[in-house]
Amino acid sequence: MRNPQKSQNIAFFFLFLATLLIVVPVGLIVVIIIQKGIPAINWQFLTDVPRQGMRSGGIFPAIVGTIYLVLGAVIFALPIGLLSAIYLSEYSKDNFLTRMIKLAIVNLAGVPSVVYGLFGLALFVVFFKFGASILSGSLTLGIMILPIIITASREALESVPYSFREVSLSLGASKWETIRHIVLPNAISGILTGTILGLGRAAGETAPILFTVAAFYLPQLPRSVFDQAMALPYHLYVISTQVPNVDEKIRYGTVLVLLTLVLFMNLVAIIMRYRFRKKKKW
Amino acid sequence: MRKFKEFIIEKLILICGLASILFVALIFLFLLREGLAVFKTVVPSEFLFGKSWYPISEPAQLGILPLIIGSLLVTLGAAVISIPIGVASAVYISEIAPLKIKEILKAGIELLAAIPSVVLGFIGMVTLVPWVRNIFHLPTGLTALSGSIMLAFMAMPTIVSIAEDAVYSVPKSYKEGALALGATHWQTIYRIILPAGSSGILAAIMLGIGRVIGETMAVMMITGNAAIIPHTILQPVRTLTATIAAEMGEAVVGSEHYFALFAIGIVLFVISFAINVTADLFLHKRSS
Repeated sequence: MRNPQKSQNIAFFFLFLATLLIVVPVGLIVVIIIQKGIPAINWQFLTDVPRQGMRSGGIFPAIVGTIYLVLGAVIFALPIGLLSAIYLSEYSKDNFLTRMIKLAIVNLAGVPSVVYGLFGLALFVVFFKFGASILSGSLTLGIMILPIIITASREALESVPYSFREVSLSLGASKWETIRHIVLPNAISGILTGTILGLGRAAGETAPILFTVAAFYLPQLPRSVFDQAMALPYHLYVISTQVPNVDEKIRYGTVLVLLTLVLFMNLVAIIMRYRFRKKKKW
Repeated sequence: MRKFKEFIIEKLILICGLASILFVALIFLFLLREGLAVFKTVVPSEFLFGKSWYPISEPAQLGILPLIIGSLLVTLGAAVISIPIGVASAVYISEIAPLKIKEILKAGIELLAAIPSVVLGFIGMVTLVPWVRNIFHLPTGLTALSGSIMLAFMAMPTIVSIAEDAVYSVPKSYKEGALALGATHWQTIYRIILPAGSSGILAAIMLGIGRVIGETMAVMMITGNAAIIPHTILQPVRTLTATIAAEMGEAVVGSEHYFALFAIGIVLFVISFAINVTADLFLHKRSS
């Protein structure tokens, strides 16, 4: 008969190995990008427009475009997402409608990103005639990050103890006043964490903006929400597959800027969540 | 006045609560609106099982079988790689790793989840693709295999985090009972904890696969994009998602090609809907 202790050691070794197989490449990817990207980063790269068919110059319009898109997405998604979370956590009853809403959120989170692109094209670009514009792109990205914001906000709202609400209601506050002055302030960091995670997701997505806003090459900055714009992830796609002979340095530099932007937002969210947990009074 | 204000706010909250349903319905409606038009020229069975995809030839041939097979092949490859590794590391993280290491590993997995797919696609292009070409002595490294490896990587965060939840939520008393009866930790894990957490782990696997089928950018950058039915995993393929992303830019709004790409969108939407609803059922089974 086999020695159970020995087979345990072997099994645990393989489980450990499997974990390394995921974590080590992630570390390597980040290290490689930083190492090869740093030499490209300088003031000119960050503030200049792309030149010579995107083979030199900077990526400024793409950075600005991405910031506009992300801000637009959050302006649209945060109010709807937050109110939707309030409905689910404070008002909804355990009935068929609530189950349907939850199912819809799960599905919204699972719709392939390129299908969001199609949807944005059909509804905003063609049907509403917004054209390929920052408005169309932001709305599409906004709907895409809605489930992230709803889920995180709902969790934050539900983690506020029930007794807080009871005390407020017993003092004569109405339901909305209780939510507004007691529940929301206590849930705010959780809500912000979710929002920032949504921002990070929106900043990195390419497929939803392909047909709704992204411009191949557009050296001037957009002037209104009805203008097209360049965006970092799409720019990276373009210079790594569509334009031949782009200097590797420029590609890695673009990757580094995009990754820094996305990871920075995630880091902020993680730190906020951590501090929030430590500070929690209940 | 106060009552009136409150009434308005509560109605607003209700409307926003329904927003998710509205958006899912809108997505489906607009896909149908634009996609169903293709069936005026192609019968559905020919569209789904037609073997050639030449959307701009005259007359256009709109059979998406090569694309479906491309998606399936890449997904299958990714599943074979990511399921064992993902579940194993979920077990390691939730059961074996010491607390400090656990936090680091979880952060690493979260980091992976946060990396945009176009970045992973780029990294795949500059590292994985040359490796695959050299190892298998192929004319090009842009193959289904490269896509599978990269997608396996992208499915991993989903599988690990949901499977870890499932393993973690197995009641502690089960584990204590098994250990008290003299089972080793490993025997407890694979005889007690894995079976008890199986519906959650299954949901994790399904959601991971859902992520893989819907993935677009990375797959478009490293699978070679040839709309032919592949014979081996070492050939270029083109997936459903990559077809939409690569061709929609050139398709004229209102053309047959445009409608066909939306019809592919319907197929993708239905697949992801089915996967998510089923996974949700499994997750609920666990909690009840």
